[in-house]
Amino acid sequence: MKAASLSASNPKEVSRVIARTRRDFLRSAGGMTLGSALLRSPWARAAAHTSKRKVVVVTFGGGARDQETFAPEGQENIPHLMRELLPQATFFTQVVNRGILGHYVATASLATGVYETINNFASLPPQSPTVFEYFRKGLKRPSSDAWVVAPSNGFNRIGESSHRAYGPGLGARVILPKHLLTAATSGRGNDYEHLLRDNYETPYFSPELEGNEFELQQLEMILKLSVDDFKTHAQTLSSPDELSVYIARQLMRQVSPSLLWITMHDIDIAHAGAYSLYVEGIRRTDRLCSDLWKTIQSEPEYAGKTTLFILPDFGRDSDDDAGGNGFQHHRTGDALSRTTWMLAAGPGIRENVVFDRAMESTDLVPTLGSMLGFSASFAQGKPISELL
Amino acid sequence: MLPRDLKPEQFAGYPPEARRVVTNYLAILQQLPPSFVPGLLRELIDYDFKFPAERKAHEKELSYLNSLSAGQRKDWFRGFAEIQLSPELEMFDWVKSPAQFVEQLSAHLWSTHQLDAFRRASNEYADRLRSAALPDPPTVSRLGITVIGQGVASYDEPLFRKLRAHGAYFSRVKSEDGLRVLLDAVAARARTHPDAYAHWYIDGGEATDHPPALTCVSYSALEPVRAALLRKMQTELDRPGMGPEALRTLLAQMHPSDLGMNTGNDGKPGDEVLDRFKVKLLTEGSGTQIFSTSFAQWAAREALRRAQPLTLLVRFAPRQRQKPMNELLSSVPARPELDGVGSLIDADMGAYYNWLNQQRLPGAEQASFLVWFEGHSQALAIGPSLPRGTESTSPADLGQLLEWAG
Repeated sequence: MKAASLSASNPKEVSRVIARTRRDFLRSAGGMTLGSALLRSPWARAAAHTSKRKVVVVTFGGGARDQETFAPEGQENIPHLMRELLPQATFFTQVVNRGILGHYVATASLATGVYETINNFASLPPQSPTVFEYFRKGLKRPSSDAWVVAPSNGFNRIGESSHRAYGPGLGARVILPKHLLTAATSGRGNDYEHLLRDNYETPYFSPELEGNEFELQQLEMILKLSVDDFKTHAQTLSSPDELSVYIARQLMRQVSPSLLWITMHDIDIAHAGAYSLYVEGIRRTDRLCSDLWKTIQSEPEYAGKTTLFILPDFGRDSDDDAGGNGFQHHRTGDALSRTTWMLAAGPGIRENVVFDRAMESTDLVPTLGSMLGFSASFAQGKPISELL
Repeated sequence: MLPRDLKPEQFAGYPPEARRVVTNYLAILQQLPPSFVPGLLRELIDYDFKFPAERKAHEKELSYLNSLSAGQRKDWFRGFAEIQLSPELEMFDWVKSPAQFVEQLSAHLWSTHQLDAFRRASNEYADRLRSAALPDPPTVSRLGITVIGQGVASYDEPLFRKLRAHGAYFSRVKSEDGLRVLLDAVAARARTHPDAYAHWYIDGGEATDHPPALTCVSYSALEPVRAALLRKMQTELDRPGMGPEALRTLLAQMHPSDLGMNTGNDGKPGDEVLDRFKVKLLTEGSGTQIFSTSFAQWAAREALRRAQPLTLLVRFAPRQRQKPMNELLSSVPARPELDGVGSLIDADMGAYYNWLNQQRLPGAEQASFLVWFEGHSQALAIGPSLPRGTESTSPADLGQLLEWAG
């Protein structure tokens, strides 16, 4: 029987490799302070008015490894994060995802603070309440105040859970830019289908849309964007994630939600096995994160009151695990594919600080709850004290 | 169904050699945990179409398991025995369809948070087996050669970055007739050690002339098969109710004849073992149907893992360019363009993976490896007598590099 094996798939060896990788994290980013030497965050002092606070969460997806991002050899791929964002941010080097490493289910886990077990490839809502439901119900916010911009049909149900205490009517509006573009340009040729394939994990399959779909007709009403303008602008963009960021910026300008969640997925082209395209996806996502940060700082509704979180939903398989094929997939569940990073920036967040302790990806939702003033009562994670 | 209930007649549908092996070792299979046996059967059901190295490894594994005492067996399989299966999995006919069972088991392990425990059990088992039933060393030290960058006129970024620490970098390599020199070296090894499936030539484009003694797989030669596969996939996806799991099951069941491969039907002797290998590259590999670089890397990985060749020459070729969104939106369909530099970057990483996969085989400490930027003066050689992490600016030809690495 073929089983995953190799020297570095031995758990002790994997731990050693990870420890070394983590110690090397940001080695070349001189001037960063080790967070453990610091006292509590100034966030509590700075965040006097939680009602005006906004949060933007970006999942740096789908799935990026340390060695192509923040590890020394990967830093060349993320110049914007390194030079522009990191000096203004608190950085966590060990964010562990102990759940299922599929993009929809992992993003759902990030959004609920619970390791979800829903089918990654089915159009199903998360089982536990989402951060959007906690936020809206807890703070009595309207539906216009929580939005998700997501890449594929499978994400259509991520805005609200099937939980009996929350669920329909209490979640986020979800917008799927690729789906909108499909609707806007229906009847085009095969090339177009290739562009709009739903996801890279199962590139030939796209789940049926179910749930509260953002319709093409709402582009004009909500985003003040005509279908023709949308199509014309799409033709100037190089990737689906650029389209997502374009839509996110329209949302920020026209609707200004207090809780905005953007899921990127260009990086997941890695599943096709072409390393250059994977790295190109990382570089593009790096640039798009910088664009979003600039938008946050330049939009009056966001400037000075918005916290930005950037984190991959998980990593990818290690080169050293014989059971996988390196960067291509995230199937082995090895330690490197489960361990990634998170960056937080904004008012009250310490700047230029690194924390090396392990935390879990389910800690994000309780942290957002503590920041914004709602209770994430069903979440499994714990608030990240370094940010509060 | 539990392993203890296994009976010889349940394997009547297995191909003859697979049936023989399974029934020979039925007594030991009956004593192993249900989370383990279907995975083993998934391998054994294809026994008739396995390479010699795989057959030998399976026989060795089963024979060793047979020699364990009851106490040792309990100790070896404790981790697997602790895995909890669902009632649906326990009812599943995994004798008939072990691959589908393993797929469902995988989903079950993830959703019940048992994947890490299963992974630990698998690693411990593999480590124990490797120590207890030592694999046979190769009859001659292995040689891996990877040729990258076909058609790229110039490239200024450093190459072989991941491999440099392990070998010697040469910046003044004579490139004339380089591919011929390398193919001749591979052919010479095939003549000296004429074992079946021991010397491979994988080409991401069109294979260049080579002696028949080499086992050859090329992306170009499989073009009709790839096209047939994509057509079949599209047809299946249009069927109501078809989802990713069903599609994977369907792909896993495809045979060469389903995709128009004439294994022995055209009067020439067929090679069903190799043809099935080729089909699996396309049905199990991800991206192998569309990118030639992914195909070459995956083919090399699978050849090394399964056939354990003594010699492997992999030549990457340019893959089609991934068009950006704006081009896809605006342009009329045209012949796919090639992405030379992107393919070079893919292949550079692919060379690293080829070396890593070669080093997973027995005899790794004596193995040698060469990667060459085709048509250019850069190469890197790794071997037991070559210094690591060094650079040489002395002129050398590829034949010399092979000699020094060996």
